[in-house]
Parts: sequence; structure tokens; C-alpha cells
Amino acid sequence: MSEEVKTAANEDAVGIPRREFLRRTTLVGGGLAVSQGLLNQRSGLAPTPPIVATPGATGPTTMVRMNINGRDYQIRLEPRTTLLDALRDGAGLIGTKKGCDRGECGACTVHIEGRRVLSCMTLAAMQDGKRITTIEGLEQNGQLHAVQSAFIEHDGFQCGFCTSGQIMSGVAMIEEAKAGWPSAATTDLSTKITAADLSELEIRERMSGNLCRCACYPNIVAAIAEVTRRG
Amino acid sequence: MHPFGLSRAIDASTAIVAHADDPQLAFIAGGTDLLGLIKDRAASPDRLLDINGLRGMAQIEALPDGGLRIGALARMSDVAADVEVRRRFPVIAEGLLFAASGQLRNMASIGGNIMQRTRCPYFRDGDDLPCNKRRPGTGCAALTGINRTHAIFGWSDSCVATHPSDVAVAFASMDANVIVRSRTGERSIPFTQFHRLPGDSPERDNVLERGDLIVAVEVPARIEGRSSHYLKIRDRQSYEFALVSAAAGVATSARKISSVRLAMGGVAHKPWRLTAAESALRGVSLDDANALRAAIATAFAEARPLAHNAFKVELAQRVVLRALETAGGRA
Repeated sequence: MSEEVKTAANEDAVGIPRREFLRRTTLVGGGLAVSQGLLNQRSGLAPTPPIVATPGATGPTTMVRMNINGRDYQIRLEPRTTLLDALRDGAGLIGTKKGCDRGECGACTVHIEGRRVLSCMTLAAMQDGKRITTIEGLEQNGQLHAVQSAFIEHDGFQCGFCTSGQIMSGVAMIEEAKAGWPSAATTDLSTKITAADLSELEIRERMSGNLCRCACYPNIVAAIAEVTRRG
Repeated sequence: MHPFGLSRAIDASTAIVAHADDPQLAFIAGGTDLLGLIKDRAASPDRLLDINGLRGMAQIEALPDGGLRIGALARMSDVAADVEVRRRFPVIAEGLLFAASGQLRNMASIGGNIMQRTRCPYFRDGDDLPCNKRRPGTGCAALTGINRTHAIFGWSDSCVATHPSDVAVAFASMDANVIVRSRTGERSIPFTQFHRLPGDSPERDNVLERGDLIVAVEVPARIEGRSSHYLKIRDRQSYEFALVSAAAGVATSARKISSVRLAMGGVAHKPWRLTAAESALRGVSLDDANALRAAIATAFAEARPLAHNAFKVELAQRVVLRALETAGGRA
């Protein structure tokens, strides 16, 4: 977050894309604490993660510490703030999308401690101390995750709104299969499942929590199937 | 969303006392149903107590006698993936796997699953429509409204809603017990007596009182457990609630049924045991489809369909038959 604030100070406000502008305005409340964090870093003290706040709080707030994509965050928010809103409006990570906000579409899928969950049905205040991964955290050293590359290769999206949720779900789903988890498409529950057993039917069943209004399902399945084939 | 305070429970006794003393406090574990209810203004607790930190409540134990003890905080996905659950009670693993989505199964707890509230659209959709469950005394819009997905057994003029849980149907079929702790100690509630029929007080889904905390679900060893199956029929193939579902477990001798356990979902305010059919099926051959069909039909004498769900009476009998035949194939 500190880098983003520094950038904001160094740039002319003219021509800032709307999204970027909104993101900067949401950071205003945490400005002082951010400066303190920068001071601490300069003086060689243990780096204190900058404090950011979700906007629009009308009641008592609480501080939540989370490690998001390998970085520590402190976010001040209301107990009713969902993890989705904390990520988008607090941490400024807008790759995670709000679709239905009711746990029905999967667009908000992120990982908590490596497990895929719906961030719209998760209270941020209950995730204190947890390790969160969002779509922004999949890329490693400039290299896209295999599932991200496969989505590009197979045209796994049109409008793209569900895509980060699809990819986060797909990445975790492959890990679930590697751990031997069965699904409703598994005919024999007594056998051990591997990622190599992921038929098209299995992939469709395991990905059924992610809806795509553009109906890119055949391409999404093809992308995930390719990753599982490569192992 | 309705604002609320949030605190973390340190131990079960304190949590129980807090819940008993504060009618505006709700326990939260996975939160997958509760947050939806709050967002839809069908619940408005002033305080939430996060019980995820309570010790010893997330374990899945394979008991030496062949039974299971599933901690109330165990997640659906962990229970469904458990090798002993899959081996001893496929009906329970399937009941879990056919429910919700991969993400929701990672979040939702077993205790919360059996506490989830109906998906009746009149209950979920807003404050303007009559619903005795949402706002007691306002009437039941579904009784004379669009009631295609509603009950065919045990409903009252106050409420025609169905219970949405899948695994609850599997638990009911195996005569599981809900282990509940309160200020006065621990008690065991037979699963078939845990959920209620609506009667005149449909706002109450189950028999729990304030200050009751579900700590586990215990499934006793059952000879019918290993050859059991859960079949769910719905409007789309995945990620949808049941129109009708059936849990079946069977024990046989030379293909003749020696004992059978049957329960249905999507047909009543609680998992619906087919006790009449269970007696009628004893001694019937699994290869005699006509005899099986006739025995199953005995449980449908009391079916009372509504204006739009008469199809469920026929569908449910077919679903039970197919679940029984599949379970029998595992015997």
C-alpha cells in the first residue's frame, strides 16, 4: 500500500483512470498511519504494515491483520465488512469481483490458507492473522500461474468479470483433487482420486460454484483440463 | 447489512452462557447461511459470537464400534473427503458432495448445515410478502402462491416450506444423534426429532433452545451404512437445492432385503423418514422392481401435494426406488 500512496503523491491527478482515482480516495483515511509506516521503514525499525480503512464506516470499527499475497496488511473495518469489501475497498485489490454478493456466483472466490472460499460470505474480522491469496497473488516473479496462461490460451472468458473467481477456484480445485478429494461426479467413493482422474464431467462438477454469464464453460473446462494433463 | 458486534468465544461454557442470556446474540461458524439471512434481512442479530476457535469441535472420529462422531465445526468438504466416512457411510459423503459448491463446502460447518433455514423464496425474498417464518403472524404466501418447490408431507396452513439440507437427510436415515451442550449439561437428540414440523409456530425450525450449542453429530454403527446411497434430483445438475432427494441404506441376504433405512429431502419441513415403506420392504427382493415400488408407495398414502407440486409425489417414489436400487448394488 505504501508504494501506491507514494505514487499518488508523485503523479499528476489529471488523467487518472476512474478506478485508480477511487482507490486513492479510499486511502485518504489511512494517510497518517501510512506515513508512520514509511518513517518506521526509513529508521530501520521493524516494518509496520500500513493501516488502511474501508470507507463509509458508520459504527465501531476493529483492526484486522492479514497477510494478503505475501504482504502484511492492517485494515480498519466494521465487524460486518465482508472479506470481499476489505480486499477491494481496504487493500485496494480490485481483481476480486463482486457479482451476486450472496454466495451464488463464485466471482469473489479467493483462498484462505490455501482453500477456496467465497469472500462475499466471509467476515473480514473473522480472518485476523490469516493468509489470503487473491488473483493478484497468483503470478510469481513475473510468470503467470499455469491456470492463468491456460485461460488465455483457451479463451476462457469473454467479458472477464467472473474470470478471477474462475481461476482462483480452478487453482484450488486442482489441489483438492491432488489431495484425493472426491466430488459428486466421482462414481466410486472408495477409490483414491488423483488430479489425472479429472474428466470433463469431474471438472464441470467441481467448478459448478462459478457461474459465467458469457457461457465460456467449454473453454474454461478446456483450460483446466490442459493444466491437469500437464500435471 | 444490519450492523452487529463481533466477538470470539474462548470456551464452550462461556459461549453457552452468553447465548442463553442474550436473545440478540447468534453463534457464527462458517457463516454461509447466517450472512445470507442478514443480507436479506431475514435475521438481524445485534451480536455475533465466533465459535470457530472452540477446541475439539472440528474432529472427525471413526469410532471403534463402526460409528462416527463428527464435530459440529468440521467443514463439509473435510467430512466428505474423510476416508472412513466414505467407506462406512457413503450416503453421508454423497449427501455432502451433492450440496452447495466447492467453495461453500470449504466454509460451511456440519452444525451450521443442519441449522440452515429454508430456501422458500417467500421467506428469503423480502419484507413485503406474508411469511410466518420470517414475520410470525403475517400468513403464508406460498400456501396459495407458487409452491412448486414446497412440501408434500407434514405442512400446515401456517407454512409449507421444506428443509434445504442434504446431509440432514442422510443423518436422519442412519438415526444419527445431535449432541447438544447447554448450561445443564450435554444431551443427545435423535436426528429425526431435531427438526420440527411447522404446526402453528413455523418460526421454529428445530427443538433447540437459547443457550444450546451443537457440539457434534454422532452416527451409530449401522449394518446398512456401507451399502447406502444419496440421490438428489434438482432443476440443474449441480449447485442447486433438491426438488426431491432420497437417502437409502440396505442390508440384504441373497438379494432379499433384511433391513432398510429410507429418508427423503425436499418434501417436508424436516428430513422425512419412510418408516411405513421400511417395514413393507422387509423380505422383498431387490430384483423385484414391482414389489419394491408397491412397498415404497405405502409411505405416500399421507402425501398432500399443493397446487404446483403434485409431480413430487410420483418423482419422490421414483427417486426412492432408484436410491434403494443403487444402495442395493453396493450390498
